[in-house]
Amino acid sequence: MRSSGGSRLGDVFWRRPGLPVLVMLTPPVLWLGIVYVGSLLTLLMQSFYSLDDFSGLVVPEFTLSTYAQLLTPANFDIIRRTVVMAALVTVADAIIAFPIAYMAARYARGHWKALFYLAVMLPLWSSYLVKVYAWKLILAKEGILNWLFETLHLTPLLDLVLAIPGVGGNSLSVSSIGTFLVFVYVWLPYMILPTQAALERVPANLVDASSDLGGRPSATFRHVILPLAFPGIVAGSIFTFSLTLGDYIIPQIVGTSRLFIGQAVYAQQGTAGNIPLAAAFTVVPVVIMGIYLTIAKRLGAFDAL
Amino acid sequence: MRSEDGRAPLFLRLAAAGGLVYLLGPLLIIFVYAFTTEERSFVWPPPGLTLKWFAVAWNRPDVTAAIVLSLQVAAVATVIAMVLGTLCAAAVSRSRFFGRETISLLVILPIALPGIITGIALRSAFATFEIPFSFWTIVLGHATFCIVVVYNNAVARFRRTSQSLVEASMDLGADGFQTFRHVILPNIATALLAGGMLAFALSFDEVIVTTFTAGQQQTLPLWMLEELIRPRQRPVTNVVALFVVAATFLPILAAFYLTRDGEHVAGAGK
Repeated sequence: MRSSGGSRLGDVFWRRPGLPVLVMLTPPVLWLGIVYVGSLLTLLMQSFYSLDDFSGLVVPEFTLSTYAQLLTPANFDIIRRTVVMAALVTVADAIIAFPIAYMAARYARGHWKALFYLAVMLPLWSSYLVKVYAWKLILAKEGILNWLFETLHLTPLLDLVLAIPGVGGNSLSVSSIGTFLVFVYVWLPYMILPTQAALERVPANLVDASSDLGGRPSATFRHVILPLAFPGIVAGSIFTFSLTLGDYIIPQIVGTSRLFIGQAVYAQQGTAGNIPLAAAFTVVPVVIMGIYLTIAKRLGAFDAL
Repeated sequence: MRSEDGRAPLFLRLAAAGGLVYLLGPLLIIFVYAFTTEERSFVWPPPGLTLKWFAVAWNRPDVTAAIVLSLQVAAVATVIAMVLGTLCAAAVSRSRFFGRETISLLVILPIALPGIITGIALRSAFATFEIPFSFWTIVLGHATFCIVVVYNNAVARFRRTSQSLVEASMDLGADGFQTFRHVILPNIATALLAGGMLAFALSFDEVIVTTFTAGQQQTLPLWMLEELIRPRQRPVTNVVALFVVAATFLPILAAFYLTRDGEHVAGAGK
């Protein structure tokens, strides 16, 4: 006969399988519920307050006037610029990631497989700031890219690109092209991994069946592999899109003086002391990501995560 | 008929090779810059090579203090994330229950939403409830978004651990805790270790959330950010950057070897 408290508890757990699940779930749900969701709700509440223009103090009364401020041309411009950048970065990442993911999933074996894995994991887990810093070194006026262009006698071409209004600038490190390059680089591994996972799950016999039935490689690719890999690409795009929407450090270090959403939030809550407007600004990426995640779920991206 | 073992088309190999250079090139450049003799600008190629900046960096108290704080925060945040992440993974993989989807969403949300939102949300909560900034406010934020990496690693392993092993253990007279200690834990240990190391790396590197929760304290990423915006001694930054790359390389390599068996073989995905 068993008598220790531990075993009796174990028996209770065994007879009522719902109970241990409840016990196990309580700590993490309490933590995430209180620390995270609680904080999010506090923030949301702040966005319905407003800032008194004369005293500079937050007025804790319900109003929509702070949200109305988001629609002023200057603020709306920030939102549009950020969303366009996030979309461009996502598309570029999908294009660059696909060949890497495809090679890693379907051709690489043995040492090559390990190399591909490390080549993705190293930049993914390397310090975010170190990556940004490395690009500062690459894009600087005396840096590697300019040296490369000079060595190849292509400097006039670079100058021509930098002269384009809206995307160019004095040098690569103070242009929107620079911001774009760094964003694409920093989030690329987040696109490769889900794409690769989706490609690895494409059953080999489907590919064989397609070619047995006379499908040329390009047709097999278009009608079998690509549709099956698509949820993985959408899953990756959740990260690339969301991370670009909220980032404020990359455009601060590499880029023009025109603000992105993250920078606006940072400036409003810091120097300007306008917490309500900062909170309202953060609601924008939350709403956009809410819509994005709903669509992604429909496309099956969550099963590909 | 084309077979899977065939060689990849040339354009695919070129595109993938280009991608690998793009991924790894910038990290290699950091290595070169750590040894440059140039003090003020980012001149390429380096005019000369030296080791002296390593000594200079090592003797900077602000650098060592930042490293120590980052290590402490990462250690505590990792322990919390491992406990909470494992519990959550065990519950979710064990049964289907109402709200299961909500729980997975709740766990993934802190990294699915931009870091600045987590950061400013925590800050406004601290302000509302008048919680002063401290070591623990940093840990609070870090543990929250580290849960998901432990959870992901653990959930994958739980799914591959057969429930019949647990049943056999119980049939043979083991109680719940003996079963956990001798059957479940050995099965999930390497996944937990890998998840823990990734959580550690994630916390060690986190800057966006930390900006909002650190107050006056300076973790290593905050030190780096300060140097990026207002550079004081460029070569020291180069050396610290090299150190950080090396410090993240080791846990990743270790995590790779721990989870390698079976999980990264082609077709092993669900």
